[in-house]
Amino acid sequence: MSTLAHIFEAEGLATIALGSIKTQIEGTAPPRGLWCDFPLGRPLGVPSDPEFQHRVLAKAFELLDSPEPVFAEYDVSIADDETDVLACPMPPRHDPDAHPAVDEANGLRPAYERAITQYGNRVGAGRAVEVDDIAAAIEAFVRIAEGTPWKEAGVPGIPSRVSQDVRGYYETAALELSDHAPSAWAGTRWFLDRTEAGKIIMAARQAMADAGEPNPIWFYMAPGDR
Amino acid sequence: MADSDIKAMTANLDAVEFDETAFTVPVPLTEAKVAIVTSASLHHPGDEDFSPMDTGYRVLKSEHRDYVMGHWSPNFDATGFALDINTVFPIDRLDELAAQGVIGSVAEEHLAYAGNQFELSAIRMDSGPAGAKFLKEQDVDVVLLTPV
Repeated sequence: MSTLAHIFEAEGLATIALGSIKTQIEGTAPPRGLWCDFPLGRPLGVPSDPEFQHRVLAKAFELLDSPEPVFAEYDVSIADDETDVLACPMPPRHDPDAHPAVDEANGLRPAYERAITQYGNRVGAGRAVEVDDIAAAIEAFVRIAEGTPWKEAGVPGIPSRVSQDVRGYYETAALELSDHAPSAWAGTRWFLDRTEAGKIIMAARQAMADAGEPNPIWFYMAPGDR
Repeated sequence: MADSDIKAMTANLDAVEFDETAFTVPVPLTEAKVAIVTSASLHHPGDEDFSPMDTGYRVLKSEHRDYVMGHWSPNFDATGFALDINTVFPIDRLDELAAQGVIGSVAEEHLAYAGNQFELSAIRMDSGPAGAKFLKEQDVDVVLLTPV
């Protein structure tokens, strides 16, 4: 962001750069920078809270009054408490012959469709895997977790991209199943730690690492601190 | 897993250094046309998806708010954007500010880049200046830059 700020200012555009990582925005020193200590993925702070978002924007636009380059810190922080997990009732087992992760994914389909109707498909399936193929993608990760080399497992695309679509499918469905808006990362923790599909993806990722596959192939299947 | 751990992983990446800090004095905000430029890899459903090291940009129209998150990184929370596009791309908030007369107007077209870049020379030499030219051609005065 800050690189673009420097370039745009040189071309005659006034800019205000928001930043969520303090050392980054300080180091790149955009002409007008506002560090907001908010979780990654939420640069305006709080979803569905127009008043909060307006306060952030008001502070950002204030920086235009400065006659010289300026860096400011927003005075409200939003901390990730590192433990909050989305509370989300899951559909019961339906097909005892299917792998639990596949059965789970199929059971979430109605909730996913309702969420798409309500919010649109903003982060769900469709980037690497169409929604009809999510279950097949999970089956491929099951095979990897059970020892099949990933290139022979039938992953329908680059593993990191496919796993993101599975995560997006689950997190989108969860918006409909939960009775509250999730705090940042609560949906991801729920997916990775509480769902069968998340556990399978983590197991497949570990199997690929153990098999000596190149780091970029498996590392980005989950957030980097995992 | 914690937001602070993810931030710590990326906190000390090498930053591009500029010999001088360019600085444009804006027109009064009440007269300014404002655009959003985000590094969240947003695009419209029918547009080309961002590739892993994509240094180009996509045009985001104000008229069609069907934005899709095309970012390759798993290192951010996506549910905020899934619930409310304004969490990343505050287009509705800009409309409200324009209606209140706080800002002059909202650009009809905005830009999205892919923020997961380690090699920035192509953005610095090519797509960055091209994006600025695109915005200047529609008389944009002020750009709000949002990460993800």
